[in-house]
Amino acid sequence: MTTTEKPDYKVIGTRPIRPDGVEKVTGKALYGADIHLPDLVQGAVLRSPHAHARILSIDTSAAEAMPGVLAVVTHSDLPVVADKVLDMGEGASTASDMSKNVLAADKALYRGHAVAGVAATNVHDALTAIEAIKVEYEVLPPVLNVQDAMRDDAPLLDASRHTKTPTGEESENASNVAAHNRFEGGDVEAAYAEADVVVEREFDTKMVHQGYIEPHNGTANWNSDGTLTVWTSTQGAFAVRGALAELLQLPVSRIRVIPMEIGGGFGGKIGVYLEPVAALLSRKCGRPVQLTMDRTDVFQATGPTSGGHMKGKIAVKDGKITAAEVSLAFEAGAFPGSPVMAGAMCMLSPYEVENFKVDAYDVVVNKPKVAAYRAPGAPNASFCVEQLIDELARETGADPLQFRLDNSAHEGTRMITGVAHPRIGQEETVQAAQASDHYQSPIEGPNRGRGVAGGFWFNAGMQSSVVASVNPDGTVNLIEGSTDIGGTRAALAMQLAETLGIEYDSVRPTVVDTDSVGHNDVTGGSRTAYASGQAVYEAGLDIQQQMVARAAQLWECEAEDVEFVDGALRHTSDSEKTMTFAELAGKQMETGGPLQGRGSVVARSPGAAFGVHVVDVEVDPDTGKVDILRYTIAQDVGTAVHPAYVEGQMQGGVVQGIGWALNEEYYYGEDGRMENASFLDYRMPTSLDLPMIDTIIVEVPNPGHPYGVRGVGEVPIVPPLAAIANAVHDATGHRFTELPISPRRVVEELHNLQ
Amino acid sequence: MKEIDYLAPSSLGEAYAALQNGKTSAFLAGGTDIIVQLREGRKEVDQLIDVKHIPELMSYAWTDDGGLVIGASVPFAEIYEDDEIVRRLPCVIDCATLVGGIQIQSRACFGGNIGNSGPAADTVPALIALGATLTLGSADGTRDLPLEDFFTGPGQNVLGPGELIITINVPPQPANSGSFFHRFIPRNEMDIAVVNVGARIDLDASGERIEGARISVGAVAPVPLFVAAAGDALVGETPTEDSFARAADIAAEAATPITDMRGSIAQRVHLTRVLTYRALDRALERAREA
Repeated sequence: MTTTEKPDYKVIGTRPIRPDGVEKVTGKALYGADIHLPDLVQGAVLRSPHAHARILSIDTSAAEAMPGVLAVVTHSDLPVVADKVLDMGEGASTASDMSKNVLAADKALYRGHAVAGVAATNVHDALTAIEAIKVEYEVLPPVLNVQDAMRDDAPLLDASRHTKTPTGEESENASNVAAHNRFEGGDVEAAYAEADVVVEREFDTKMVHQGYIEPHNGTANWNSDGTLTVWTSTQGAFAVRGALAELLQLPVSRIRVIPMEIGGGFGGKIGVYLEPVAALLSRKCGRPVQLTMDRTDVFQATGPTSGGHMKGKIAVKDGKITAAEVSLAFEAGAFPGSPVMAGAMCMLSPYEVENFKVDAYDVVVNKPKVAAYRAPGAPNASFCVEQLIDELARETGADPLQFRLDNSAHEGTRMITGVAHPRIGQEETVQAAQASDHYQSPIEGPNRGRGVAGGFWFNAGMQSSVVASVNPDGTVNLIEGSTDIGGTRAALAMQLAETLGIEYDSVRPTVVDTDSVGHNDVTGGSRTAYASGQAVYEAGLDIQQQMVARAAQLWECEAEDVEFVDGALRHTSDSEKTMTFAELAGKQMETGGPLQGRGSVVARSPGAAFGVHVVDVEVDPDTGKVDILRYTIAQDVGTAVHPAYVEGQMQGGVVQGIGWALNEEYYYGEDGRMENASFLDYRMPTSLDLPMIDTIIVEVPNPGHPYGVRGVGEVPIVPPLAAIANAVHDATGHRFTELPISPRRVVEELHNLQ
Repeated sequence: MKEIDYLAPSSLGEAYAALQNGKTSAFLAGGTDIIVQLREGRKEVDQLIDVKHIPELMSYAWTDDGGLVIGASVPFAEIYEDDEIVRRLPCVIDCATLVGGIQIQSRACFGGNIGNSGPAADTVPALIALGATLTLGSADGTRDLPLEDFFTGPGQNVLGPGELIITINVPPQPANSGSFFHRFIPRNEMDIAVVNVGARIDLDASGERIEGARISVGAVAPVPLFVAAAGDALVGETPTEDSFARAADIAAEAATPITDMRGSIAQRVHLTRVLTYRALDRALERAREA
């Protein structure tokens, strides 16, 4: 569905094969654990068996004396670092927190928290050796959810932590609440007093994991000249380099990070876990060291996303939302930094809401420190808001999509941050969902129901840089530094081909290491096709300009008399004088030497993304199982560079949302042990649990990008939690306010079991 | 990590000798449980005895009276690809096709699933409903026992040192009899049963009266349950919603489950009732088709 006249693109909008496709499907692509170096040794990490414990002593002497053991490291091997904030691209942390997360210092703050690392000649010796490390713990009671953690008498994870309050002050008493922020506008009380309907509810969600298929890995070689090389699967090689520089107190120029292919990240592969430990071990033993996680480690010791507790109260008068009051408290895990602020800023952004009061609490608990996960914070917050909106629509007798359309934000609407929306596609997206075959078809049959929900994600811009070298045969090598998770090699090559007027196949993109290209921020925030795409466009323009100058030189005319059109040079007044891109590419030596284009941007206008989802479910009231019968997603993507990958992103986000809604959760015992740390019992959906997910691409071009590109990857995970809850309500008449809406919860609530 | 010996006896005699060589042993049948248990350190043994090379364990045959004797190590795929078993014992197929995916079904076997003795084992309620027995063998000879008497606790059974499961024996089924097995899992695949139920109904010649019934429930107690009382309550009854509901209630009363990440006590008791009722319903359908 195109909502505005689209330029006549030649490459953008086509569906070519991805450049990395053959390597990946033939098993030849190299992922993090595939790197094998001369003298490589293996390591293992000792992890805390307790969710909360003081570390009284660590005795590594027995382990060090074992056969095959080459090095043992603990937190004391890390340099002391300042409380400096490290912004990794999606989620910030202080260097000292990160250092304590990499290897526990005085306290183990979650089960699985790394306590020591061992390098040995083989992994069996390393695993045997970690068992020989003697750690004396003083076990402390854990706090496992935000409500417990916020109680006055809660055990404190850090007795020196005080709450940063909305006024910028610190709370008097120590607290597990790291920060409390507030957004306030208008007069909510007055609006409630005048409202036709006010709904108010509380909601709870559980900690969930991204569930990428490739476990974390890190291989490090600390050379005798003091330089460090790291091979890892990461969303941001430069982010890893920056973090390592802080944690190890090295200049960035001494660190080279080589990004390997990545088996999924979804935000979870931005932080560092194994890389610094491998580096310390390598420095100690003088050999390259490889560390890999198994699935249990990934669940227990990487960065899932927050569960939380939410309270919402929304009012409507004459069909318009007049006030919203929402309080969000999110688990940060062991150290501050939950995505609660992002959730707070996203949840109301699809709508015009004049009077609002939003509180956001960042709360530490004895669970792994959360990391980014696809639109971090927004799905939880929308689970609350989009259910309340559903209820308001029902109570006022409105169609739930028409109600959303009537309240939609548009260009000029101010978000709760005070920032006004530029041109956005919220209304067009709702209308696309309304017009869909799915929404136009009735839902029939017992125990069936339909739900809808909307969602918003900012999208990010940040820094990107690329270099494009023209080959003598007219092909182009594109050197870029953005990890390719969702097909960005293709999406960037397509934008360069479009800019240069050449074939997609003529562009060969390569993702290189941190020594080989300028700075690139993470592949995250749905920024790469947009921001690196802008850098690619600039590199293309740079090549165009240089080619025009060279053509002018060959034709002995002024540059103004030459134009670059459709991949060819031509003289504006002499039609005899034309040259194809390839012809001029073949004359580089005689026109000034190798031709390179540069693109370097701080992208500042990421067009926000909006999505509206429609889902039909059938609930077995006796077993509590919810089947997804039909699912349709409409989303404004700006311009779909590669529609197949755009559809893939939309479907992938929905799939993760379905898992989050129906079955996924960190299931904790009272002792703070995650009891389902495997894919058997952490139940992500399989292909058998999913219908075909129909996609409707809405294209309202982003005015801030030369091709109108908006980020697409994150917003599709925002609406599913609420859309499914709304559908289950429609099917059963019961509103589920706690995730997951698992068979257990459904039968327990529908049958009042306990 | 410990080094483990691997033995592959090619006869029962060699297997018995291996079991008596003074080392602690585990059987490697399909390997789909034991390899995971060893890797995760949940079990420690000196040697693995591969039981996939012993002829008696690797074949199956119909008996003259219409029973089926299944070698303990015959992979599920071999069973469910046999058209005659599919036709005559659909309840065996219900469970054989449920365990794992195609790769696992090509290795995994009844003997392994039973020997692993998990309370949620998917083949067990189906086989108990069918009245199956086991033949166990050791250097001292063989013994037979009803399948429901084999289990003593989670991962525990009556198998003595030096003893192994040779065959699973499904007796001939009565005329006008039907059996059905199913389980409840939160997803549509890749899960361990929250509750699983096998049920058999034997009708009289008129098809209107129940002459016998067997009901077995898994994942609701330390061992798979044979709830004789639930089946007995149906004897002499007509197959109706009421009689099935009563039997389902008795089955649910027999359940003593735990709460864990796979389900709660209340959910499992509730599901026992739901699944028993539905299993009886499907078994009745099959009995009427018979």
